[in-house]
Amino acid sequence: MTVRVQTEDFDVGFEVNQLRNARRDTGAIVSFVGQVRDLNDGDTVTQLTLEHYPGMTEKALEAIAQQAKTRWDFFDALIIHRIGSLKPTDQIVLVAVSGAHRGEAFKACEFIMDFLKTEAPFWKKEVTQDGEHWLEAKQSDDDARERWVK
Amino acid sequence: MKIKIFYFARLKETLKFSTEDLELPDDAFAQALTILKLKAFLAKRSDVWQQMLLGKLKVRGAINHELVDDNAPIVDGDEVAFFPPVTGG
Repeated sequence: MTVRVQTEDFDVGFEVNQLRNARRDTGAIVSFVGQVRDLNDGDTVTQLTLEHYPGMTEKALEAIAQQAKTRWDFFDALIIHRIGSLKPTDQIVLVAVSGAHRGEAFKACEFIMDFLKTEAPFWKKEVTQDGEHWLEAKQSDDDARERWVK
Repeated sequence: MKIKIFYFARLKETLKFSTEDLELPDDAFAQALTILKLKAFLAKRSDVWQQMLLGKLKVRGAINHELVDDNAPIVDGDEVAFFPPVTGG
């Protein structure tokens, strides 16, 4: 289980290959990449700033990955989340899960993303043509998380 | 008792505070301190504090890097944080 919070970009191909080559009994890698959109709620976004809570962020992400591990049978999980100043089409987050078969890896990857969205202490601030503002948390993200706790 | 408090995102920006060390007399109030009681205590500082901590904005609390609810007890030496609902990913 690896968690990285960083300002630098990441190379999805490289990271996925690391997971692929780690074990010869790996049959599936599921990866999710989130990126900055140039349009949000009708506004043109020129910049996105990501703030976080150093110390808690890493701990929260590790706890989420560990929780996923208790629910599904997969080999390894990698979470990379960027912080600082980003532009449209920049990558924000990578979650990659390796396992023997795709089923458990798909579920674990989605679970990790849904909990990351609702429990990991990151906050986005957008710069648009009308100035800058903090993004509001979405009910749909809470709903996505709730599916797993029923 | 001594605690450390961190503020993030909109709270940090509006309150113009990112962190503070708070010392409270070891009385009955401090011994029964919770997230909600600390919010109410800080809210007395000014209208802005009142609006940010007890207003329309949902404020989440963490103690020693763990998300907690309003009734969570705070003890001497704790690191407390207040922030809006998270929006990463």
